[in-house]
Amino acid sequence: MEETLLWVFRGSDRDSGRYFEYRVPVEEGMVVLDALHWIQANVAADLAVRWNCKAAKCGSCSAEVNGRPSLLCKTRLSDFPAGEAITIEPMRTFPLVRDLVTDVSWNYRVNARIAPFSPPAEAPEEAWRWQQEDIERVQEFRRCIECFLCQDVCHVLRNHETEHEFAGPRYLVRVAALEMHPMDQGDRLAYLRTDAGAGYCNITKCCTEVCPEHIKITDNAIIPLKERVADRYYDPLQVAWRKLRRRPDAGQAPPPTGQRE
Amino acid sequence: MTAVETHPHDVLVVGAGGAGLRAAIEAAAAGASVGLVCKSLLGKAHTVMAEGGIAAALAHVAGDDKWQVHFRDTLVGGKLLNDPRMAEIHAKEAPDRVRELERWGAVFDRTRDGRILQRPFGGHTHPRLAHVGDRTGLEMIRTLQDRAVTAGVTVHMECTITRLLTDAGRVIGAFGYWRADGRPVVFPAASVVLATGGIGRAYEITSNSWEYSGDGHALAYMAGAELIDMEFVQFHPTGMVWPPGVRGLLVTEAVRGEGGILRNSQGERFMWKYLPEDRRAEYAETDEEADRWVEALTEGRQTDARRPPELSTRDNVARAIYTEVREGRGTRHGGVFLDISYLPAARVRQKLPSMYEQFRELADVDITQTPMEVGPTMHYMMGGVRVDAETCATTTPGLFAAGEVAGGMHGANRLGGNSLSDLLVFGQRAGAAAAAAADVRPPGRDVPQAQVGQATAELEEPFDVASVEDPNRIHEELKATMQALVGIFRTAADLDAALSRIEELRVRSRNARAEGPRSFNAGWDLVFELRNMLLVSEAIARAALARTESRGAHSRLDHPTAEGIWEGRRTVVSPAGPTMRIETTPVAPLPDELQALVAQG
Repeated sequence: MEETLLWVFRGSDRDSGRYFEYRVPVEEGMVVLDALHWIQANVAADLAVRWNCKAAKCGSCSAEVNGRPSLLCKTRLSDFPAGEAITIEPMRTFPLVRDLVTDVSWNYRVNARIAPFSPPAEAPEEAWRWQQEDIERVQEFRRCIECFLCQDVCHVLRNHETEHEFAGPRYLVRVAALEMHPMDQGDRLAYLRTDAGAGYCNITKCCTEVCPEHIKITDNAIIPLKERVADRYYDPLQVAWRKLRRRPDAGQAPPPTGQRE
Repeated sequence: MTAVETHPHDVLVVGAGGAGLRAAIEAAAAGASVGLVCKSLLGKAHTVMAEGGIAAALAHVAGDDKWQVHFRDTLVGGKLLNDPRMAEIHAKEAPDRVRELERWGAVFDRTRDGRILQRPFGGHTHPRLAHVGDRTGLEMIRTLQDRAVTAGVTVHMECTITRLLTDAGRVIGAFGYWRADGRPVVFPAASVVLATGGIGRAYEITSNSWEYSGDGHALAYMAGAELIDMEFVQFHPTGMVWPPGVRGLLVTEAVRGEGGILRNSQGERFMWKYLPEDRRAEYAETDEEADRWVEALTEGRQTDARRPPELSTRDNVARAIYTEVREGRGTRHGGVFLDISYLPAARVRQKLPSMYEQFRELADVDITQTPMEVGPTMHYMMGGVRVDAETCATTTPGLFAAGEVAGGMHGANRLGGNSLSDLLVFGQRAGAAAAAAADVRPPGRDVPQAQVGQATAELEEPFDVASVEDPNRIHEELKATMQALVGIFRTAADLDAALSRIEELRVRSRNARAEGPRSFNAGWDLVFELRNMLLVSEAIARAALARTESRGAHSRLDHPTAEGIWEGRRTVVSPAGPTMRIETTPVAPLPDELQALVAQG
């Protein structure tokens, strides 16, 4: 039977962990996760890897395959040159737990700080009628399966380029979905400018490239959000208008130092 | 003994899919302190894979739909074995639960007049499933997840519960371990809600994820609770059959809901042959009438054409496909063809985006150009923990159950789309009742040290030198046994053989071994999941052996027809010392006004 060679990172410490070599029999159509399951069932029952749906719908099995952030369940062995070893490593941006499992709890903490969906308390039934084309952008954002591959690949998070908080592409997408929801009345622009650190994204589009749901993260979510922030806080007409109207957050508007755009 | 980490709550919910999240939200809204425990990360539960939609008689597409019709469809689909009160509550409350999701931020597909769009599904008289393309489960879980976090629910992620703690027959909490490092943890609680899903992992070919090891069924049974309807296992008619790694992966019924046609290898549209005589009038007469139905659907208008034969109930379509393949009219990979490629490619991609991706990425098939190959896959457990319709209370005090782990709502066969609505309707009720019970009887302060000590010792046993059995081999043998002997078609001889095989495997599993560190150790996890799977597999086989007839999803080759003596009788499995007791119980009588509804069908 045909075999493929896998190099799998194992260990609970990035420095002392090492790459284990496994030879795995190949079936037609096999994905990397199938190969790891074969290893668990036959060679190393304690190999640590997250997975759930095996259908690219839950976003659990994120890792790096030959250095590329990927879902293990949709990465086919046949996508790689025959005879060459395939290297599988945990996501680099998050603290390692063991083998291919990382501690992604930071993402959940960021999520909890985003102001939730806020529709008007009293809205007539008619207000809840929307045309399909009016919600398609929001539906695009809501396709996100929270695999955190965009967070993994984002150089701001990966290289910890900043001491400041940056929510990362996943949560800018979530904010965009809320901000563009036809019924939402929340205002997350102050949050975007400060805590979420929207300014730190410099639009390299790496997140869009790795998104398994093909969400146009940079073009459709992050850039429009940056424009909204810029309009409110940096457009002189807006600033003057806000002073006249005495908007509640007008007083917090001095441009932050260290903006990198 | 050193003190075990302890997190007390008024209400502890086990499982964070649709039912668990909805229960947690409701209990928190009632003022209870709520803990939510899940084996995976939050938002990854099996609900996320649900595709087709949520069944609710909103009447947005078919103006004459109403709860009574939904109720009748549910009972007809369940062969009148459903708990009628559950089916009534479900049909009445599902529309409110769907509208509530929208108020919480879910963004459903729209009708032309801007309301929540509904699609047709098997066994439903009218287009009834609120949906978002074919990723409805993701929309639902994300909406509920965000709501639960906002509501202040404490989430304990990646934690496996191995035992319920009891005091004089009452459940007073749960014991488990953190998957990240294997440390034991205790959750004292006034009420425990089980929302752990099903048992797909006991079968070789399944659409279910690894989490589906019958944990809640087994935990409830071990705490003394009764299980009901355990012989009724749903095989979804359409799972992927190729490539091998994705065998069993779900192909949503929405493909047929949008007009997908089933053909055998000879090109025959075989479902015409398998429509049950007594429901024949509900389906189209000819290909031409079925085409008109699809055309009207695509154009978003009403029609007098009746639905295509592919939209028969799941039990029937699964048997039909199985029979076609067994009689030699299957495809090269042992399935049949499901064709949606005759519709415009743009429509297929819009209505079935994740199916399009799934086949393109995993099978190199473009479903807008060529038919899919599909075959039956173990999908859903109709049977489960016996519950009270109003409160979801089990037969064990302090313990509640909702969603797939609970039995009764779906009878002998579940209709597509009735699962997501079930999660919402009974999740909400379970959460409310669990919080109310906690109000009356606050959680005790004392942790039962002896039980905790024993449960902690159980965690260590697989690392003992005397443990020599490889749990993976036992699991493989169990899956092969259930697939071959307790599958779509059953006989007494097969079921007897399965029971003795399960007993052998249980003996071996007592010496199941684990090696390596405790952190995310899949082999160690499997030891406890195997215990649960073996217990639930035995319950399925025993109930299937007891039911000497064919009804709904339970087909006996040695008793091929429905029998009068089994009409309106359900099986109950309960612990009697070390053995399983099987009894039967009558379905509650239908009140007159509901009886009239069913008679109209």
